[in-house]
Amino acid sequence: MQNRVTNIVIAGLGGQGVLSATDIVADVAFAAGLEVKKSEVHGMSQRGGSVSSDVRYGTQVFSPMVSRGEADFLVVTATDQVPVNQAALSPNGVLIEESQIDASKLTTKKAINVALLGKLSRHLEFTPEAWLEAIRRNFPEKLYEGNEKAFYLGRGEGA
Amino acid sequence: MKVLLNGDEAVAAAAFDAGVTLGTGYPGTPSTEIVETFEDLGGKSQWAPNEKVALEVGLGVAYAGGRAIVTMKHVGMNVAADPLLTGAYTDVNRALIVVSADDPGMASSQNEQDNRRYAVAAAVPMFEPSDSQEAYDFTLLAIEVSERWHVPVMLRMTTRVCHSKTAVERRENPLPVEPFDYTKNPRVRAMVPAYARIQHKKLRGKLREIAKWCEESGPITRIEGSKKLGIITSGISYQHVRDAAPEASVLKLGLTYPLPIDSIRKFAASVDRCLVVEEGDPYLVEQIRNGGIQVEDKLENFRYGELNIDRVRRLIALDDSPEAEQVPGKPPALCPGCPHRTAFEVLRDLKCIVANDIGCYGLGVLPPFEAVDLSVCMGSAIPVGLGMRHTLPTEQAKRVVSVLGDSTFMHTGINGVIEMLFNPPATGHVVLILDNGITAMTGMQENPGTGRKLDHSGTNKIVFENVLRAMGVKNVHVIDAVANKAEFTKLVEDSMEKPELTVIIARRECLLAVQSIRGWEKANAESCN
Repeated sequence: MQNRVTNIVIAGLGGQGVLSATDIVADVAFAAGLEVKKSEVHGMSQRGGSVSSDVRYGTQVFSPMVSRGEADFLVVTATDQVPVNQAALSPNGVLIEESQIDASKLTTKKAINVALLGKLSRHLEFTPEAWLEAIRRNFPEKLYEGNEKAFYLGRGEGA
Repeated sequence: MKVLLNGDEAVAAAAFDAGVTLGTGYPGTPSTEIVETFEDLGGKSQWAPNEKVALEVGLGVAYAGGRAIVTMKHVGMNVAADPLLTGAYTDVNRALIVVSADDPGMASSQNEQDNRRYAVAAAVPMFEPSDSQEAYDFTLLAIEVSERWHVPVMLRMTTRVCHSKTAVERRENPLPVEPFDYTKNPRVRAMVPAYARIQHKKLRGKLREIAKWCEESGPITRIEGSKKLGIITSGISYQHVRDAAPEASVLKLGLTYPLPIDSIRKFAASVDRCLVVEEGDPYLVEQIRNGGIQVEDKLENFRYGELNIDRVRRLIALDDSPEAEQVPGKPPALCPGCPHRTAFEVLRDLKCIVANDIGCYGLGVLPPFEAVDLSVCMGSAIPVGLGMRHTLPTEQAKRVVSVLGDSTFMHTGINGVIEMLFNPPATGHVVLILDNGITAMTGMQENPGTGRKLDHSGTNKIVFENVLRAMGVKNVHVIDAVANKAEFTKLVEDSMEKPELTVIIARRECLLAVQSIRGWEKANAESCN
């Protein structure tokens, strides 16, 4: 069987929910029974610097890091961070970034990460229900409603 | 059932499942979550003032018949080296696991030292996991080895193993704890020369037995691939190798000290080209060559930074053409509203010569402050500042200010105060403790100055100004520099002019932590009533 690995890089600035967005992608793929590896570098990230995190999933995954130029999807939570991370994207890859979301429709600007996941979800094999379950598992319950709205805003099926 | 855990969480889960008596350490990226997760799972955990103390507490636990896990980042091992190198001679009654979390590429560190060297220096066995499942399994294996041979064992992790999430299957009661009665046996634990000489020889014997055990039933993985290319590897490099060279034969070593040299010899002989792929120092290469086996080393430029799939491909292809430059991202900065900002504005404007230390305030070196002259390691600010005061011409010496944080002051900073009182410079000295009430850089950990333990419950609070006055520091000031910037500026200025010893404690809580601190204080006040 061919081992097709999906490579996703999520990037932005410290405090924008980059790491929790990556956790959700990892969670949704893991719940679907796939092998998942997720990698991040933090430490200085709390101080507002550039942050990026990788998720790889498939039937068999070795390295947790996405090689330069091999990301199938690059998700960026701050438009000005696109040039910093552009090199991660494969020539046929899909860029999903902040300015593609109408932020005025978000309940809170903080939900930009989930809105971008909504947009990403259109390209991946997991159902909206599976995504929302992962979102529920990874955020406090009180944030769920806002996040659900953000997810569908990004997905383009406004709730 | 499998769960997604990062490497740190997996180590903590193994420690918990094995009934480890105590988890301790000093916070440091990328190791911090081990002890914190162990606490969350219900294990007994505590922060030590520094890594040396943590390891010594761990030795005591293991001598007394408990299992101990002691965690630190790579540079913490330098602090803990003294008890490690002699503790290795002693017989532990129960497991003592020392976790070294190395940071190749320096995601959040001041150097990229390779702590595999410490296993050799201390003569302690060392396991190197390559993912979270191995972090779990090797922690258990390390406990078994530690108890079978009564020797402390190192678990060497790296940033990508600590902070990558991969699937982990936990085990039910994997290593039951037998009852234990403590008996006195100074010949194996009181390291005077007469006993230590015997213990040293015994330790070498243990290592020979452990190497033999590893050959027979240790964690060695052999992937049979093409005979044209054989790769010897360990840790995270193994994962990159499998992606970069799916066709290669691979020998993956889970125990990297002592090495299973016979297995390596057989593997090397079975392939045409035998290449060692490892991050950091040419550690495996040197060990293997010492065993008389010819293997190929990586090119020099792959010694720096982390490896990844792309770099391993280049390494195999002997491609040392320039690698693409990373587009510089936004550097980290002191948070808006951070109290350290005011301090560095003042130090910059007064043109102080700043000997800085390790913490968030390390960011005072970057614009818009650029107030820092130097920083080396935890606790170095005061002694390095003193050395400069002893040497610079008076007009410059007067402007030297040592800057450190509250957790760093407790870690090893206080040693510098002892030196300052013992050998005061002719111009006096000025020390600035930026007390923001928390160990902020590593993500808000408690320290002996906060009055709260790892779980935020109350404990004895070490009050810095009381300690400094009791030690005999002539001028001790406590000030909120943000609320009183003009007064603070004058205080620093006046202190520099005096040939006296002055410590200024700029006290104002970390903006990110202040709400949590209020909550913990409230909970502790209520539990006292």
